[in-house]
Amino acid sequence: MIAIIDYGMGNLCSVQKGFEKIGAKAVITADPQAVLEADRIVLPGVGAFRDCMHNLEEGGFVEPILRVIAEGRPFLGVCVGMQLLFTDSVEFGLYQGLNVIPGHVLRFPDGVREQDEILKVPHMGWNQLHVTHRPPAFDGIKEGTNVYFVHSYYVKPEDESVIAATTSYGIDFCSAVWKDNVVATQFHPEKSQDAGLRILKNFAEIH
Amino acid sequence: MLTKRIIPCLDVKGGRVVKGVQFLELRDAGDPVEIAEMYDHQGADELTFLDITASSDDRDTIVDVVRRTAERVFMPLTVGGGIRTVEDIRRMLNAGADKTSINTAAVHRPDFVREAAERFGSQCTVVAIDARRVPGEKRWEVHTHGGRKPTGIDVIEWAVRMEAYGSGEILLTSMDCDGTKDGYDLELTRAVVDAVSIPVIASGGVGNLEHLYDGFTKAGASACLAASIFHYREYTIGEAKQYLHDKNVSVRL
Repeated sequence: MIAIIDYGMGNLCSVQKGFEKIGAKAVITADPQAVLEADRIVLPGVGAFRDCMHNLEEGGFVEPILRVIAEGRPFLGVCVGMQLLFTDSVEFGLYQGLNVIPGHVLRFPDGVREQDEILKVPHMGWNQLHVTHRPPAFDGIKEGTNVYFVHSYYVKPEDESVIAATTSYGIDFCSAVWKDNVVATQFHPEKSQDAGLRILKNFAEIH
Repeated sequence: MLTKRIIPCLDVKGGRVVKGVQFLELRDAGDPVEIAEMYDHQGADELTFLDITASSDDRDTIVDVVRRTAERVFMPLTVGGGIRTVEDIRRMLNAGADKTSINTAAVHRPDFVREAAERFGSQCTVVAIDARRVPGEKRWEVHTHGGRKPTGIDVIEWAVRMEAYGSGEILLTSMDCDGTKDGYDLELTRAVVDAVSIPVIASGGVGNLEHLYDGFTKAGASACLAASIFHYREYTIGEAKQYLHDKNVSVRL
């Protein structure tokens, strides 16, 4: 069973419905015990890093998350759910994350030009994935596939070997990471039509 | 690189898609969930539902439409129209919306936008601005209530303020152009795009594919919203994107 962690941040039904669509059973749960009992775990997240981290702590999710990751269970982080896996974020100050993947969460610089345009922040819309280190969850995902992003901050891992994909937005930023049983995406698979559903299906089928 | 977005907009009233000319003469254009699925297949980048039901009694209808759509379509959904409270936003997000667009309520109480952004994040807080040109001037005034009520607020100042309050995107509709099929108000759109650092969606007036091209290239919009050219099958979204691609606009094919 797949547990989608509900810690009061964001639209979780889309993730659940995405799994349903590909024939996997996923439950949305606010109970840390259910996280410990699940065989796969999804950490979604929208909103500010500090609020997300605060809610994870208040909800008693930090220990269960660290434990299921250490035990090797398939774990998927999405958007801020990816950023929370890192050491810290500069959003609204400097806030500590889960530090599963050493590295930092940084803001896109303002006023960067690409061709004739000043790039808007948030980075919002469909952009291409350049797969550098293919995790099982990316089986069948073609080079250059468009996926849906909406974010103003991006992750920078200290160890570049965990980078699974990059995407270009003024800079080439890390749009997916893969470290052992943990895969995480800055984009939203549940909003990325067929390619996104394929990633959810792959994740649901990882052994 | 980031692609330009094409967003079909579905005006929903009483559970049906309708489309009017300058907010009048509503015509029935079909079932919203079926139309959403059709746009999904055609390659729409997002979908926007605009609830134009006047009374709050019918709010459940749009929530149901959003819920049924989100079960079948896996792309970003925005809902606007009648969003007045944090609870309204929560209901829409729980039904499966990704963004809500706030219009009149932002004018009545700008702090609502700040509260929405703090609670749910800027990424789901769209501010919709209905703009009308001040006759004979290069200046536009914010209108509310579906474009009927002037507010005296300058559109550019308002857009800048809404960005400061945490809005993650501006949905900019020209009330002068809406329904005319003469193209977007490019001057208005360019002025807002240059004034804010968040994405701007151009809206109101699309009659052909060149208008989309102009919205992206001349006005610098991040996304173009259109309703009737797609609803009445004048063009498919695929045709629109192929046209833009052939003219070197980066789109998702």
